[in-house]
Amino acid sequence: MAKQPEPVHVVKERRDKALAALVSSVPYVGFLGIQFERRGDELTATLPYRDMLIGNPILPALHGGATAAFLEVAAIIELGWANLWGKIEGGEIDPSEIEVQNLPRLPKTIDFTVDYLRTGLPRDAYARARINRAGRRYASVHVEGWQDNRSRLFVQATGHFLMPESADGVE
Amino acid sequence: MAGQDKRKFADQFIAALPHSKALGMGVDDLGENWVQLSMPYDPRFVGDPQTGVIHGGAISALMDTCSGAAVLIHPDCEGTATLDLRIDYMRAATPGQRLVARAECYHVTRSVAFVRAKAMDDDRDSPVASATGAFTFARAKGGAS
Repeated sequence: MAKQPEPVHVVKERRDKALAALVSSVPYVGFLGIQFERRGDELTATLPYRDMLIGNPILPALHGGATAAFLEVAAIIELGWANLWGKIEGGEIDPSEIEVQNLPRLPKTIDFTVDYLRTGLPRDAYARARINRAGRRYASVHVEGWQDNRSRLFVQATGHFLMPESADGVE
Repeated sequence: MAGQDKRKFADQFIAALPHSKALGMGVDDLGENWVQLSMPYDPRFVGDPQTGVIHGGAISALMDTCSGAAVLIHPDCEGTATLDLRIDYMRAATPGQRLVARAECYHVTRSVAFVRAKAMDDDRDSPVASATGAFTFARAKGGAS
């Protein structure tokens, strides 16, 4: 007899739990107030507006540094999530047992280039990261950031990342 | 910049930037075309929970603020915004240590300023990160072009 598919709530709970564990493990993500929304394996990051994100109070405009940090967080979580996804779906990691100490290590940023296209307005910002290449050792990620209109980016970035070494030491 | 102006700039610059203030940044020193800022180590800024190393994004914010400041102290500058900023992360910043950034605005055209910067922890001989950026440069009216 064919194997029955898992009930949808079981699948969702497993994935949401794993994502929440990953995101909440990084203190700086909480400091900036960044949230992640998931559809299947696709993530969208949100930077809810707060006064502490302002860099130019006269315009006012979001701080370029806060914007850069938002995109870098989106890129790193995207890479961490892609890695974790395979492990939870493959049954290698049980999401109910995830703690900071046993989460797979996050990749390290090698370089990050931010292209400021428009002034960041004092309202929520969104970002989506695309992994253009993920090798065993290096990854290249592109991130797009927007506010009111998905097609009018206010910022974009490209970064290279050093992937964590696998636990068994095989590279 | 005269001594008094320097102090005034140092006192007012961060106070006017809510995000830089939230990260605890302060102006340490500045010269004709360079500015040195620093930022305390804070557990809230950690990016790697297993080692306590500061998130790259916090270093980006420090570098961006410092680079912008190096443009703003130009006598003809009326305002600036980042066009692009590239940061190279050479090594992890040592947890617990203050981060210091030093940016130099090495060239300005009529409407663009070019900046390079580096970030260091207590080991000043081995930078944590370096950056290069291009900034908009709004000239004060009557300023030489």
